[in-house]
Amino acid sequence: MDAHPPEGSSYAMTSYLLRRLLASVLILLGASFIVYMLIAFSGDPLQELRVSNRPNREQLMQARIDLLNLDVPPVLRYFVWLGGAAKCVVPFAQCDLGSSIQGQPVTAALQSAIPSTLQLVTGAAVLAITIGIAVGIVTALRQYSALDYSVTFIAFLFFSLPVFWVAVLLKEFGAIGFNDFLADPRLSTQTIVVGALASGVIWTVILSGSWLRRAITFVSATVVSAGIMYYLSASDWFAYPGIGPVVLVVLGSGIAVGVTAIVAGLQNRPALYASLSMVVLGVLVMTVGAPLLNSMNIWLLILYGAIAVGCGLLAGHLFGGYDPGQSRKAAALTAFIVAILVALDRFMQAWPEYFNNSRVRGRPISTIGATTPNLVGDFWVHGIDKYGHLVLPTFALLLISLASYTRYSRSSMLEVMEQDYVRTARAKGLSERVVVVRHAFRNALIPLATIVAFDIGGLIGGAVITENVFSIKGMGTLFITGIKNVDPNPVMGVFVVVGITAVTFNLLADLAYSALDPRVRVH
Amino acid sequence: MTTYLENTADLPPGDPESEAPDTTRGLSQGRLVLKRFLGHRAAIVSLVALVLIILLAISSIGIGPISGWWKYSYTDIPTIANGGRPTLQLFPFSLGEHPFGQDRVGRDSFAMTMRGTQISLTITVLVGFTAAFIGIVIGALSGYFRGWLESVLMRFTDMIIIIPILISASVIAYKAGNIGGFWFLGLFLGLVSWTGMARLVRGDFLTLREREFVDAARLAGASDARIIFKHILPNAIGVITVNTTLLMSSAILLETALSYLGLGVQPPDTSLGRLISDNQAAFTTRPWLFWWPGLFIVAICLCINFVGDGLRDAFDPRQKKFSVRQMNRASRAEARAIRKAQASASQAPEADDAGSGGGA
Repeated sequence: MDAHPPEGSSYAMTSYLLRRLLASVLILLGASFIVYMLIAFSGDPLQELRVSNRPNREQLMQARIDLLNLDVPPVLRYFVWLGGAAKCVVPFAQCDLGSSIQGQPVTAALQSAIPSTLQLVTGAAVLAITIGIAVGIVTALRQYSALDYSVTFIAFLFFSLPVFWVAVLLKEFGAIGFNDFLADPRLSTQTIVVGALASGVIWTVILSGSWLRRAITFVSATVVSAGIMYYLSASDWFAYPGIGPVVLVVLGSGIAVGVTAIVAGLQNRPALYASLSMVVLGVLVMTVGAPLLNSMNIWLLILYGAIAVGCGLLAGHLFGGYDPGQSRKAAALTAFIVAILVALDRFMQAWPEYFNNSRVRGRPISTIGATTPNLVGDFWVHGIDKYGHLVLPTFALLLISLASYTRYSRSSMLEVMEQDYVRTARAKGLSERVVVVRHAFRNALIPLATIVAFDIGGLIGGAVITENVFSIKGMGTLFITGIKNVDPNPVMGVFVVVGITAVTFNLLADLAYSALDPRVRVH
Repeated sequence: MTTYLENTADLPPGDPESEAPDTTRGLSQGRLVLKRFLGHRAAIVSLVALVLIILLAISSIGIGPISGWWKYSYTDIPTIANGGRPTLQLFPFSLGEHPFGQDRVGRDSFAMTMRGTQISLTITVLVGFTAAFIGIVIGALSGYFRGWLESVLMRFTDMIIIIPILISASVIAYKAGNIGGFWFLGLFLGLVSWTGMARLVRGDFLTLREREFVDAARLAGASDARIIFKHILPNAIGVITVNTTLLMSSAILLETALSYLGLGVQPPDTSLGRLISDNQAAFTTRPWLFWWPGLFIVAICLCINFVGDGLRDAFDPRQKKFSVRQMNRASRAEARAIRKAQASASQAPEADDAGSGGGA
């Protein structure tokens, strides 16, 4: 690859971007035309009125013909629609995506539908990408181990699940079963034994090693889990949950050590101390600074998160060491995770209040809608309500997309680990951590960036089913009712949103690819 | 690639190459792939399970006019026995009167599930082949001829790709379900799911057309059609096979999703997705109506995915199957061989000495 002169390269970049943008617009136009024709020829919007025997049938039909321009042939009707839609991109013009069969403007319907779909998809996508990549990398590093085989099997199983089948099962066991359990939150001896054995098996598979080490892992994991479950059950933790300062110290120290080990390596003491200091800060906030958290809103919460990261950066800077950058990163990441734990603890403290609320009546996990109507409470109670409604649909979406990310990141990591530069890095004596994190992991992420971008559009499509099962009034509901009523405008509205998202992310993916991988140059 | 070499001992006697000791013979590409696939245990188990499911679905209720061994048809309405509970017993194994139970009006759930399996599998195969065919044609044309044809075909593919498959599929399925049955549904779904295949095949053709053997064929006067079918397509068969299996596994889920939305197979016929969606309200009263079709979908899809995974490993020469257990076994065997060699070596000098002594 010969290096371009900088002026020429930036000129090439601009012209490439312009050409891509133009192509994207043309593709969108073509695709919207296809979709419009598909819906127009899929049925007769007047069907329901033709068979009705209402006295004012003729009038209703005429009204609908006027509303949807049905007297215009479909091809021309598309251009009428396009004329309205074009106003959305012209500044100071009234955006007009037509109206539904009932006469509701599509723009208004979309305005209420987009946020709820976005909430669902964003949560599921972020979780799926993080967990999927982490699991994929770990299984790639331990290829053909028991862990790898189990994760492969589970990934394929998730991959093979019909989303609405899972959703119905989740409703049954995740919501109804769990709510029944919460009415009398005691674990039976049988549950404790089975749960402890399961946890023993899982830990053994994760840690693996020699047979002696496996036996020790199994026994200790089983005993510890049984103890924890017995304690939680006996102390009524499920009715009055919380994390508390003592557990936060233990959990936080573990997180600090883990984060430091990955980001900086444990031999980097300043980084470790900086991370541990963040745990101390977290405990202080939880105990002394508790009143700070009482009056809360979403912006304040984001601000607190930012402050936590800032504190981490500062602590890392102060502790310094031979590589202050690593200390800053380790401390900031620890601070962020500890802050999440502190917030989680505060949510848990609001749990009894939510649980006994007259609108909830002890059934906290809900299966329908996005919020409990007329709920009275502070930010934390409303937060629990929102997450209680989101947890099952998000989980259903997560399960399905998690599998593919695990497989992608595993194969990408495997490919990278066989490259010459990884062998070179090992040969020159770098530690395994540096080889994996610096040399392999970063390069394994490059192909993932494109796959993630391509998937975002598909995920919105997948939300259609999930929204339908959990009766969330989002874009999916809009779309399905549109299809069933042969109502073109709402379907086109949903398509415009989904299509623009897909095209934008595809463009971003290409740009990200050439930015991340210097070998890929735009022509 | 001489990773897999067959020992001469396995060759039939009389083979000319087996006469020279310690020679090994290379295998053809097809044999290599088959051998690697047969070594993939999960894929083989899945393939067997899939064949068993297909046999069960076809033989139990029969196909078309040929009737099967099961006593009820999916349209029969026998009287409800025992509240419609399933009679399947594992120990001792017996099917009983209604192994998967009965629905609200008394129809036999086993017969319905089998009928659903037949239709879902038919749709899956139809989608797989239609989509593979269109994808290969478009990918091969644009990858081989390049130029304006490639631009047009690829922009068209881009256009189809950004239409979320659920949107195009549900419009088409809604129409297809109304015109005529599941055959149309399968064909039409194939019409919208070929985009990934087209892109992959094009990518493969782009690299293969620059290879020396294609130049050689062209210099020898081979026509474009001959180069495509005889020289390039056989080399792209790995990508095509693997992607077709993946297409099929996503097709079966697409069919269930559409049936759930009421846009797929229309009654009186049924499919696995349709059975689940019909019975989801009955989950608390008749859970078996919900469980069995779902388990069949998961089983079929899981099998197809594992077979696809095995095929991918088999076709990819870079995949090195490397297991610690096999390594340990190999190193133990090696250590044994060395010990044996040492033992025979410590005896050999004496024999050698004796021999040479005798000869002197």
